[in-house]
Amino acid sequence: MASSRRPLPGVDAGRLVKDAAKLLPNPSRRLFLRNGASVGALALLTGCNITDGVSAERALRKVSEFNDWVQARLFNPNRLAPTYPESPITRPFRFNAFYPEDAAPDIDEDRYRLIVDGLVANKQPWSLEQLYALPQETQITRLICVEGWSAIGKWTGVPLREFLKRVGADLTAKYVHFTCSEGYSSSIDMPTALHPQTQMTLKFDGQILPTKFGFPLRIRIPTKLGFKNPKHVIGLAVLNHYTGGYWEDQGYNWFSGL
Amino acid sequence: MNTVAEAGKPEAVQKRPAIHPLYVRVTHWINALAMVIMIMSGWQIYNAAPLFPFTFPSSVTLGGWLAGALLWHLAAMWLLIANGFIYVVVGLVTGRFRRKLLPIRPREFVRDLAAALTGRLSHADLGVYNAVQKALYLAVLLAGAVIVASGLALWKPVQLQELAALFGGYEGARLAHFFAMAVIVVFLVIHVVMALLVPRSLRAMIRGR
Repeated sequence: MASSRRPLPGVDAGRLVKDAAKLLPNPSRRLFLRNGASVGALALLTGCNITDGVSAERALRKVSEFNDWVQARLFNPNRLAPTYPESPITRPFRFNAFYPEDAAPDIDEDRYRLIVDGLVANKQPWSLEQLYALPQETQITRLICVEGWSAIGKWTGVPLREFLKRVGADLTAKYVHFTCSEGYSSSIDMPTALHPQTQMTLKFDGQILPTKFGFPLRIRIPTKLGFKNPKHVIGLAVLNHYTGGYWEDQGYNWFSGL
Repeated sequence: MNTVAEAGKPEAVQKRPAIHPLYVRVTHWINALAMVIMIMSGWQIYNAAPLFPFTFPSSVTLGGWLAGALLWHLAAMWLLIANGFIYVVVGLVTGRFRRKLLPIRPREFVRDLAAALTGRLSHADLGVYNAVQKALYLAVLLAGAVIVASGLALWKPVQLQELAALFGGYEGARLAHFFAMAVIVVFLVIHVVMALLVPRSLRAMIRGR
């Protein structure tokens, strides 16, 4: 079942597992059939593939929701991620996405608009020219990937909290959701959205954000794992309901705070 | 269990004390389960971005892929920490750690190590640890402290950045977490082999004597 282990884009892994489970006669037989080569009873507990327990996965997701709750309480809105001088910046910086580098979307900068939606006073779309005209800050911080590796980079852009204030967002809302041109999405909690280092990034390493790092707009959040730093952002919505995200829906912890 | 009340009685009237009190046996087996889950899911997480030029075969990993492994790892961590906390607090408060594991005299360690390697180490009294056992148990307790501290630093390298700094930052914590795992796995291999060589010790960890 090696091929089932890496999810396909747009496939809901949870639903896939449930559908597949229905096709198999009964749980014990399923386990006998599939786990001949694995290590004793523990193999029965193996998480996220079609061979084993859907109920185990459900229990694990409950714990993951508990972990969201714990992390929201551990999150200190004034605690800054460590910043670095220029010298340790990782060059070349690592590309990472759910698609290969040459599949990164080409976005026409003249036609680009950032759609602002949800609980905001001013829903007028933003052109790149308008975004570039806003006051910007630079940070040199460590991006930590859910895979474990990390890299130090230099990002420049508009603090998200300043932008949210500017568009008259309801800052007491629970979530900010991001949609991306390549079909990616993610959502974050409002305290993180208002964190001073959470940035609408327009430049990387002093240059206009290159295509592979999310042209024209990336959300850079040094207090969250890399997959919660969406690239090619075309939509931003302030919401009170949970919307998950591309990887979150497939089992990655939603809060994923650092 | 050797309680304060019993300590005053003459040796003969005392009920023969358990080699391992109940709390040790219960926390031992909960810890065993939590550790196996943590190690197997940890190997799957390692495979997503290997620190060294090898990966762990899927037959010994847990979770199926990275997200599944992380769900296991960050769920079993609560079991590991809660259980370990009870074990350490009771062990310190009752003085059991001190009584069982200290002192370790270098001369005894060398003598017992030589005896162990030539297969002549006595296990007549399972309630008394030889110097090699003491050193191994102390080492694995220390590795346990390092793996929990480095694990917390990896989970929260911003909120717990002072803790991460103790390991030289996030990447240092990754290395510490890996090597503490390696120490624990080496301990586990020795521990299980010894338990199989001296089956009475396994029985004592289940029934108490």
